[in-house]
Amino acid sequence: MTDTVSGPLTADSIAGAAYIVAALLFILSLAGLSKHEKARAGVVYGITGMVIALAATIWLTLQDAWGTGHALTGLGLLVAAVAVGGAIGLWRARVVEMTGMPELIALLHSFVGLAAVLVGWNGHLEAPALSSDLTAIHHAEVFIGVFIGAVTFTGSIVAFLKLSARMKSSPLMLPGKNAINLGALAAFIALTVWYVNDSQLWLLIVVTVLALGLGWHLVASIGGGDMPVVVSMLNSYSGWAAAAAGFLLNNDLLIITGALVGSSGAYLSYIMCKAMNRSFISVIAGGFGIAAPASKGDTDQGEHREITAEATAEMLTNASSVVITPGYGMAVAQAQYPVAELAHQLREKGVNVRFGIHPVAGRLPGHMNVLLAEAKVPYDIVLEMDEINDDLGDTSVVLVIGANDTVNPAAAEDPGSPIAGMPVLKVWEAENVIVFKRSMATGYAGVQNPLFFRDNSQMLFGDAKQRVEDILKAF
Amino acid sequence: MTRIGIVAELGRETRVAATPVTVKQLLGLGYEIVVEKGAGEGASFRDEAYAEAGALVVGADEAWGSEVVLRINPPTEDEIARLTEGATLIGSLSPGLRPELVEALAARPITALALDAVPRISRAQSMDVLSSMANIAGYRAVIEAAHEFGRFFTGQVTAAGKVPPAKVLVAGAGVAGLAAIGAASSLGAIVRATDPRPEVADQVKSIGGTYLKVEVAEEMKSTDGYAKATSEAYNARAAEIYSEQAADVDIIITTALIPGRPAPKLLTAEDVASMKAGSVIVDMAAGQGGNVEGSVAGERIVTDNGVVILGYTDLPARLPAQASQLYGTNMVNLLKLLTPDKDGQLRIDFDDVVQRSVTVVREGEKTWPPPPVQVSAAPAVTTDAGTAAENPAPKTKQGVSTAGKAGLFAAGIAVLFGINAVAPAPLPQHFTVLMLSIVVGFYVIGKVHHALHTPLMSVTNAISGIIVVGALLQVTSENIVMQVLAAVAVLLASINIFGGFAVTRRMLAMFSAGKARS
Repeated sequence: MTDTVSGPLTADSIAGAAYIVAALLFILSLAGLSKHEKARAGVVYGITGMVIALAATIWLTLQDAWGTGHALTGLGLLVAAVAVGGAIGLWRARVVEMTGMPELIALLHSFVGLAAVLVGWNGHLEAPALSSDLTAIHHAEVFIGVFIGAVTFTGSIVAFLKLSARMKSSPLMLPGKNAINLGALAAFIALTVWYVNDSQLWLLIVVTVLALGLGWHLVASIGGGDMPVVVSMLNSYSGWAAAAAGFLLNNDLLIITGALVGSSGAYLSYIMCKAMNRSFISVIAGGFGIAAPASKGDTDQGEHREITAEATAEMLTNASSVVITPGYGMAVAQAQYPVAELAHQLREKGVNVRFGIHPVAGRLPGHMNVLLAEAKVPYDIVLEMDEINDDLGDTSVVLVIGANDTVNPAAAEDPGSPIAGMPVLKVWEAENVIVFKRSMATGYAGVQNPLFFRDNSQMLFGDAKQRVEDILKAF
Repeated sequence: MTRIGIVAELGRETRVAATPVTVKQLLGLGYEIVVEKGAGEGASFRDEAYAEAGALVVGADEAWGSEVVLRINPPTEDEIARLTEGATLIGSLSPGLRPELVEALAARPITALALDAVPRISRAQSMDVLSSMANIAGYRAVIEAAHEFGRFFTGQVTAAGKVPPAKVLVAGAGVAGLAAIGAASSLGAIVRATDPRPEVADQVKSIGGTYLKVEVAEEMKSTDGYAKATSEAYNARAAEIYSEQAADVDIIITTALIPGRPAPKLLTAEDVASMKAGSVIVDMAAGQGGNVEGSVAGERIVTDNGVVILGYTDLPARLPAQASQLYGTNMVNLLKLLTPDKDGQLRIDFDDVVQRSVTVVREGEKTWPPPPVQVSAAPAVTTDAGTAAENPAPKTKQGVSTAGKAGLFAAGIAVLFGINAVAPAPLPQHFTVLMLSIVVGFYVIGKVHHALHTPLMSVTNAISGIIVVGALLQVTSENIVMQVLAAVAVLLASINIFGGFAVTRRMLAMFSAGKARS
């Protein structure tokens, strides 16, 4: 590690310089994402930074231990691990469906969490020769690193299970769940103090188990509708886990990168909480303080009207402007390609077609943008909620494809609604609204949607992909 | 099967409670329909049209003898006596203004529903006759004014000279006011509007009017969707505005009503006297006492200085066919709610706030007034007129919360300071790096394009694989357990790095190709 070796050009000084360069490249990489045009260059910066950092570290670690037997084993393990890990990573990245992106990202977060736990454990096993002050700090760092890593690990696993529908998405409602969370936190602090004074292995095991349980419970208590926030929050946690490892290993690069990732995830979560009118604290604290929704939704809403694909096609052909508001349902039905084709054909006919994307549509920030980009929808017609909301009043037809809560007028009009105050796409202001839906079931928030019963809205039931293809045939 | 009777109205009323179109909808709910002979005459709906729609045209007695009677205006004492036992009467009963009518209804073993008492909640919009009639009245008020006004509404430049556009002031931007603003501005007039609720400014603007704000410290938040009484300071300033405007504009349409109270006086006799000869005032509140001094309900008055004041109270009835259709549809929507199974059986569910609110008398028992309904979630800042003492309360509360925030911030800074002040050598440097990186991170991420949030997450994901550095440093340890653990960590982190970057590249490749298609 960074022993204070004086003199020019030691392995440490070279590694230190490489780390600074790598950190700068990571910042540039994130900055590159501010514009579509620069985004690809951003990834190149990121990869370059990673290569420099890894090369420097490998060289440093091998140089330190060169010639010893364990160095060879280490090298062998290293090469094998990188080869296997890299192969798995590339393979998953190649085969993942764009609709499955949220699950993949959640799963990747769990790896960072687990890696942080392992690094922390090694920190315990290693027991460096340090002054007593520093030893105490070292112990605290081990403990904190393991804790954050383990929370991230199980939290991400649960998020992955929920997103891939292997686990029920409804929030787990244990009695006194806030007390459980706070209790776990308090226990963690107590254990930290104990461990700093007496670094026993079993304490580390206890805290690992405690953190694994806490991570599980935190995310299990959060409903499926909040998953976009959870994924970016876990992103943030994985960053803090890396930063904690940086403190432990005295490594600035880890701290810088961890802080970048941590603040990035926190900021994204914050943006999304604002978009859903939810308190940031209550979401990251695992549904903290969320009361059971006021049961008001069962009242008679009136009747909905149905429309056929043919009638929809005719209405679209005669429209002057069309806005498509996709939601998670479009992702589930894999309908992005026919939807893109629909937009394309309507544009050929001279219809002004645009897409309106709600900030929390889908299960990941920007999820809809990725799907539409996959289907080659030009990104200049894909607009954000704020950009399109004022135009919806002048729109002839709005197609709501697999969205529900994000177009729910109750959010704007019914103060008793559980989603009251959440900014939504005001599709009901358009002349006609056609809702593509599999059934009359409620959305993720479990709230009935008065939109379906409005005079200007009609329902087109069935699989979104199938129905859009029917419309294309009817043209 | 329950029979619904559509009865004729009395006097000058031209509307009717159901049209042939709504009769069909009522039949669809499973009811049997009878229509009194000639009931729709005033609105140009002939008896044959009702018969064609599936209703039976009958005499007055038979129609009044139905189990459910639909009406527009409140019934007279004689008419109440004509209702059979257990019958249900639905109509605009204005129960809040006519307690004697409520008593008279409760004297019979009947049920009476006031269609004009639906609460102003979104779900009940489709049955709100006050809104649907106000909409018609607002439009008609402009037409009546245009009829009296000896000039164009729109400005024109012609060979015979320049015509200035008419200036219209609409007092009160409720449903009627907004309809009037829309009608007047589409005729080409310059339209201004006043209203004590500042939140209507955008609505006024959206249909072509200019909102005149009354600048006083207090603001009015409506919790039940209706305007409330205003404070003295507000009234003084508003009166000034009306005086200024009266001297300037050609047409004034007043719509200001407060439920359950006489209409507020907005224009004084002096204001009216200051208007130009030939100007027109339409006082839509004339029926509730009038917003204008000198207006007479139901009458056309010409003042000494040649200003015409119209106090017509039958504005919706002056568009009878349209008004009947909208009224009829409101009626159908209420009956839909009362007939959940579409089996022609009327059921009143008191747990439903809408049904509770409209019910004035249930089976001879008085149920008026209903419990109040809150339609707005906005914090109910009390708007009691003149009690200025209540105003500072919300302000101090806000002060506490900002102070609280400042306190938390200061505490955070203090903790950070404390840790760094006592921490030994490497820790403060690490904190420096951490702080700066967090700040850099926030600024960089704040600039990321919304559409690129998913790639952002996958790239940060890849970068957080940097934890591999920690594992790498440990992989050459002398301890074989550590080596294995470190190798596993390296493996996991590698999945992240390679997978994260690869998937980001894949996504971004799609984004940049997006342009090709357009």
